[in-house]
Amino acid sequence: MSFEFNNGRECIELCKQHDKQIWEVMLERESFISGKEKSEIENYMMGNLQIMKSAVRKGLFEEVKSVSGLVGGDAKKLRERYESQKTLSGYRMNKAVASAMAVLEVNAAMGQIVAAPTAGSSGILPGVLLSVAEAFELSDEEAVKGLITASAIGYIITRNATVAGAEGGCQAETGAAAAMTAAAIVELMGGSPQQAFHAAAITIKNILGLVCDPIAGLVEAPCVKRNAIGAANALISADLALAGVESIIPFDEVVEAMYRVGRAMPCELRETALGGLAATPTGLEIQKRIFGDKKE
Amino acid sequence: MKNYSMFDVIGPRMIGPSSSHTAGAARLSKAARKIGGEEIKQVSFYLHGSFAKTYKGHGTDRALVAGILGMEPNDENLRYAMEIALEKGIEFEFIEADLGDVHPNTVKIIMKGISGKTTEVIGSSVGGGNIRVFKINGLDVEFTGEYPTLLVRHIDKPGAIAKISLILSEYGINIAFMRVFRQSKGKDAFMIIETDNKINEEVIDKTKALGEDFISVYLIDAL
Repeated sequence: MSFEFNNGRECIELCKQHDKQIWEVMLERESFISGKEKSEIENYMMGNLQIMKSAVRKGLFEEVKSVSGLVGGDAKKLRERYESQKTLSGYRMNKAVASAMAVLEVNAAMGQIVAAPTAGSSGILPGVLLSVAEAFELSDEEAVKGLITASAIGYIITRNATVAGAEGGCQAETGAAAAMTAAAIVELMGGSPQQAFHAAAITIKNILGLVCDPIAGLVEAPCVKRNAIGAANALISADLALAGVESIIPFDEVVEAMYRVGRAMPCELRETALGGLAATPTGLEIQKRIFGDKKE
Repeated sequence: MKNYSMFDVIGPRMIGPSSSHTAGAARLSKAARKIGGEEIKQVSFYLHGSFAKTYKGHGTDRALVAGILGMEPNDENLRYAMEIALEKGIEFEFIEADLGDVHPNTVKIIMKGISGKTTEVIGSSVGGGNIRVFKINGLDVEFTGEYPTLLVRHIDKPGAIAKISLILSEYGINIAFMRVFRQSKGKDAFMIIETDNKINEEVIDKTKALGEDFISVYLIDAL
């Protein structure tokens, strides 16, 4: 049994047919294509989870600074606030957002991370998943299931569209990360595969058209904050889906739309640092400060 | 179409900030070091395109030196690679260069080993930490490092390919892709074999023992 699927519809069909959750179908598929035991695959994913945990911890508690000096320390700032006072969006939301920022800050400071699905969007999944696991007292084994669910969504987006900012803008990159995350936490909270895909679809719809415009071309700003908002987006979209709210446009069509929007974006807005925030007076000044005048 | 693994999505494990500018750069120079085949004493990196423009901010320079030291892209010491290289007395330099009509993230690596031998490798970091090496010592080649890759430098003679494939079949290693590149008939050539299975040291040793027509053998591990 290959458990191969090419899109969301086929994945949901397999879940129904075998009475399995998304993570179980994805694990069967991985075992089939790699020839590896399921336990071996889960163990490797557990290793990824541990790296994610250390990155979150490092960013929340240590002084991190990026190579260019542009970002670092904001996750810690947020943690100090939510730990000491009431916040507008609450402890859990703030913690998830701060954790997502923490990973991106560690990434920018040349620390170790796990691309999820890319380095520039690597904060959203660990940030949200680990905060949710902590809040609901879920074990690491449960969190690994969440990572596998997330990988199924990411695989479908990679296969049918793109997760690269250079190709599809930030909507493709942090959008995919947030969609993966939303589906993972819906499934962990007992939601159905359909609900998980609704959450993923809603997440991408929320940021459709988001451009990739990194200042000086570096994976720093606005990437750290886009990971923050991606985390919030995933949490809200998951809550909507768990309440029974459905995406009017099915997941597969949303992914297709996202891809088409990405292709319609001018190259200035796809990771080239020639448009958007990168091309503002301040963005250009920062670029000059970091690289000097040689960069045209 | 590539059959994506879940670890293509949640992965690779890497040192930030960029899979193409950091992880891919480290893999490129690690592959180059393997091709050099010995400890490196001096290395020059000719940076092209986006590599040339943004290498400092992305830590591409540190990643390239880390690869020369043999570090993996997820080695926590990657950010200290330049200091470690200096301590070991390894000289390195970065030169911005126009390498022609190539991928924006391309580097030419010229290495001098402890034996005095010079090796030149050109490759690109093509995204997601994936690489493409396309020139070794001026000879056109092509491999991605996505699979375990065996590089055999040999003299272009009848039977050379059969000898290598016989060894691989003895060890139950399946060849996924294989290409042969040569300068001209009967001269210096490269065989590039990408496999589905891991290649062990015994295979390398047997290949090396095939005789003087087989000049050198290198193994590049998969990502």
